[in-house]
Amino acid sequence: MDECILEMRHISKNFGGVQALKDVQFSLKRGEIHCLVGENGSGKSTLIKIISGVISPEPGAHIAIQGHHVAHLTPGESIARGIQVIYQDLSLFPNLTVAENIGGTRHLREGLLVNWRKVRSVATEAMTKIGVRLDPDRLVRDLSIADRQIVAICRALAFDAKLVIMDEPTASLTRTEVNALLEVVQDLQRKEITTLFVSHRLDEVIEIAQRVTILRDGEKVGVFPVDELDNQKLALLMTGKKISYARIAGPSDTGDVLLEVKGLSKESNYRDISFTLHRGEVLGIIGLLGSGRTELALSLFGMNPPDWGQVLLEGKPLSLRSNRDAIVSGIAYVPEDRIGQGLVMPQPVTDNVVVTVMKRLCGRLGLLDLQKRRDTATEWVQGLGIKIPSYEAPVQTLSGGNQQRVVLAKWMATEPRVLILDSPTVGIDVAAKSGIYDLIRKLASSGIGIILISDEVPEVLHNSHRVLIMRKGRIVETLDASQTTEKELSRKIHVA
Amino acid sequence: MTDGGARFDLRNLLGGGSDIRTLAMLLVVLMGAFAVLLPGEFLRAATFQAMAFQLPELGLLALAMAVTMLTGGINLSIIATANMCGIVTAAILTRTVPGDVAVGAAGAGYILLAMTAGLVTSLLLGLLNGFIVAYLGVSPILATLGTMTLIDGIAVVLTKGRVISGFPRAVLAIGNGDVLGFPVPMVIFLTTALAVGVLLNRTPWGVSVYMIGSNQTATEFSGVRVRSVLMRVYMLSGILCGLASLVMISRFNSAKSGYAASYLLVTVLASVLGGVDPGGGFGRVPGLILALSILQVVSSGLNLLGVSSHLTVALWGGIIIFITSLNLLRSSRRLSKRSA
Amino acid sequence: MWRRLRTHPQRNEIFLSFIIAALSVYLGLATREFFSLENLLDVLLSYSFLGIMSAGMLVVLISGGIDISFTAIATVAQYTMSLIIINYGGNLLLAFLIAGAVGIFLGSVNGFLIHYLKVPAIIITIATLNVFYGLLIAVTKGRWIYAFPTWFYRVPSLFSFTTADGTEYAVTLPIVLLVAVFVSTAFLLRRTAVGRMLYALGGNQEAAVRMGYNILRLRLFVYCFMGLLAGVASVVQAEIVQTVAPNSIVGRELEVLAAVVLGGASITGGTGTLPGTVLGVSLVAMMHNGLTLMGVSSYWHQVFVGAVIVISVSVTAWSQRAGRGRHRVEIEV
Repeated sequence: MDECILEMRHISKNFGGVQALKDVQFSLKRGEIHCLVGENGSGKSTLIKIISGVISPEPGAHIAIQGHHVAHLTPGESIARGIQVIYQDLSLFPNLTVAENIGGTRHLREGLLVNWRKVRSVATEAMTKIGVRLDPDRLVRDLSIADRQIVAICRALAFDAKLVIMDEPTASLTRTEVNALLEVVQDLQRKEITTLFVSHRLDEVIEIAQRVTILRDGEKVGVFPVDELDNQKLALLMTGKKISYARIAGPSDTGDVLLEVKGLSKESNYRDISFTLHRGEVLGIIGLLGSGRTELALSLFGMNPPDWGQVLLEGKPLSLRSNRDAIVSGIAYVPEDRIGQGLVMPQPVTDNVVVTVMKRLCGRLGLLDLQKRRDTATEWVQGLGIKIPSYEAPVQTLSGGNQQRVVLAKWMATEPRVLILDSPTVGIDVAAKSGIYDLIRKLASSGIGIILISDEVPEVLHNSHRVLIMRKGRIVETLDASQTTEKELSRKIHVA
Repeated sequence: MTDGGARFDLRNLLGGGSDIRTLAMLLVVLMGAFAVLLPGEFLRAATFQAMAFQLPELGLLALAMAVTMLTGGINLSIIATANMCGIVTAAILTRTVPGDVAVGAAGAGYILLAMTAGLVTSLLLGLLNGFIVAYLGVSPILATLGTMTLIDGIAVVLTKGRVISGFPRAVLAIGNGDVLGFPVPMVIFLTTALAVGVLLNRTPWGVSVYMIGSNQTATEFSGVRVRSVLMRVYMLSGILCGLASLVMISRFNSAKSGYAASYLLVTVLASVLGGVDPGGGFGRVPGLILALSILQVVSSGLNLLGVSSHLTVALWGGIIIFITSLNLLRSSRRLSKRSA
Repeated sequence: MWRRLRTHPQRNEIFLSFIIAALSVYLGLATREFFSLENLLDVLLSYSFLGIMSAGMLVVLISGGIDISFTAIATVAQYTMSLIIINYGGNLLLAFLIAGAVGIFLGSVNGFLIHYLKVPAIIITIATLNVFYGLLIAVTKGRWIYAFPTWFYRVPSLFSFTTADGTEYAVTLPIVLLVAVFVSTAFLLRRTAVGRMLYALGGNQEAAVRMGYNILRLRLFVYCFMGLLAGVASVVQAEIVQTVAPNSIVGRELEVLAAVVLGGASITGGTGTLPGTVLGVSLVAMMHNGLTLMGVSSYWHQVFVGAVIVISVSVTAWSQRAGRGRHRVEIEV
């Protein structure tokens, strides 16, 4: 059991002056379940790319796989030596069938012709290995995310993997699906296959891991047995800073009722949702992916019209047929997918901030008043403390935290009364996170009603006055945040 | 329309397309070369006047192509649209006003009517494209490939493939006359280009066009009426085709389906050369005008040298490949400098 | 039933087959000639050129690329081939070899440019279309070529037969080649590793890179294959029309694209089958043929084809849009 399947020493990597990895040592034992944890930019993806042969380390590095020293690791070599990486995007071929994704991709490297019978048998064999059954003839495009993950694991097994590396595997899975995944991984362990989880947070996979390696700023902080770590210690090790989670101050429902949702339902989305939001209140909605939380948020933002039920803003019923209705009524929405939905990444900061209020910036002849446009951008960039190289810089050149502030800025420019934040700190460093939390509190104290949707327990608990628990399309419980502990809340959402 | 991840490529990061300075430099170098090769022949008012008569047709059509490319789309039906507009205008003209005579007030009215009818036709065809792209969600290349075939077909049916010719002299002035020494087609082109530039850079619609070109979903999440913006893009493209056709038919004194067919793909090249990112989101009118000038100078210069016009076309293609390689070279150098 | 059909991998082919069957029945009833062997062979012959090139276009689209320049490649190949066999003699095999080689060479130029310049294939191939064609015409001054050796005028037929009423039918080389190209392309796409890698590349390029596929080699293969078929098709076309005119092929590139798209190939890559393309080309061919047989003026043909393209792409997009973007949550009851 203590035999090393992978041994890496003196791993450094320099990207045009930026030291992504500094003399890192890293090793994996045969059959262990290991976690590699670090913030964005800590160098963990660089390390993975070196293991998979996509990039080479600086000279002086030593890599040994199953005891054999490898001088120059290429992607082909890495695969041949039994290393399989399951990327976060899974890297499947959506236009091909389950069978071909699992059995075909290896097959293609081995000859000129395709033996379809062999493709199928390899696929079936891989699926039997971990005891799953998917229709081999279905297109991967038509599968759920969880099933796609299964396909990706099966593909790795079809390559005779000795080491399976999973990059953020639980990010898009529900708890039930995570449990299924963990079982599969434990099953791999029994077959002496090593699993390396890569994550930017201490998540569910840690329950079954043996050791954790922590990276910070390209350096290895250390290797720790799992039972020596908890959330706070991990955060400290990852960031090198003591992060204190102060709870949000003040009572919740002193303000007037701002938003009232009555019996809102939508087929296959959510059912019978009722709650109230007060002026100056932060209302947390916690639920896992697939609980209907995002669908509900989109309905309130007019982009997913409900089948029945009512939404009242300051007592007046709202018609929410498009997000423009919502914006005009004073509802703003910060989506979870910042890159796809939140920002137009290649375009300038200014345009991203003013896009929501362009009509207001028009002067004579309906032409944009450039002075007003610039003033509006300046007002919010400064108001929210956004660090930018220039107003014309593409948003994608900013850091994650500053990008999210640009999203907030464009909505603050509309002077919203209700602000819906859907997982606002996804992919943001711990330090930048607390900056976003401070902003949330500041906005709430200015009288805005905030709905904070997330699946991170501490985030919701420490920044909300009240917390609604959402599960399978319904609100199952309402809690007073100040009367609830992290453990308690965590247990409540994970009840199957 | 592609997913967010695919948009993260190098060119977008660096602003995409060609650089105005490179284009300006290229233009100067080319003019210098022709001035040396053609002493006393190239740098003459007549040469430039001739160029000013030729450039606007391709220029207006290239604008029609470029506005759709800014949204990440394409409009393959521009030539068909222009010809249809020309045919409608020509049909009304030849039926109402006898050719080659001086025109009275009634005649002027008919001319106006004919042109309005032509422009309305092109606007409606743009509307059709816009509807199919924006509301039915068909990829622009397929939608406009279909409408191109359809519109061309209808034009052939209407004209039985024949030429409609013989316009009043007043109409011919549009294509061949001048105002204070400025060729009318050039005046029309520059005015239109200015208007399009203002629309793109100084109106909410214009900002939305660029935003949609880079990320349609995020733009929609910001409350922009994406469909309506797209619809208007294709309508503008249609109108620009209409203007091009008015210049064209009055220069040729005739209209026919299939005129200027070889311009279709050249407009794509001109747009890309002018800095329009084929993926959408980037490109400005001044760059496009520079690109068109380069193409025109090459064409006129080679013509004066007695080189086959087909070699000119080959050279146009070569210039695109040259400029894109140059951009690639520069951007990779810039990238390594930035991270250093 | 309808739901199963909608998720069936071959739904597009099934749907097209229905339309073609219905159209055949109608044309068979409306005209006497439609189902005659003579008509069938006629249509096959006159669409052999377009059909061969559509197979190449299909392969390009599946890989996630596009090629606009193949008509220019075909023209260059045709010219080179003609000049060589006229001036130095030769035989039909040599003609195909020359045209094929020219096609492969020009295709490789496309492949290299697209791979290294990282500019969308549509832009590169529009540029090379202009370069190839412009250079050719500039060099040849756009002359037509008629004076082929006599052997070139005899279109070989594989077998011919005479029916009872005395008419002679022949299955000529173009038809044989068309079938051969269809069969080998189908084999390539379905049964070879390269073919499956092309689907993979078109479906998810990033994943294909991570799988360790050699993208440059795949791209070169795709554009060379297109070039090869353009070369082959150009000889077929010269055989059929017995002249080489510089402007007879260029300008038809979008027609080929339309037929392949009608056959269900996706413009974004990864989807499309050879049977689908055969059906797409057949649909276009049948419309032209049917309209001719029914005495509809040829002016109208393009209107019909255009309408069919517009309707087909709209229906496809609409049904996809209706099915996509649905959030589904399991609601606890």
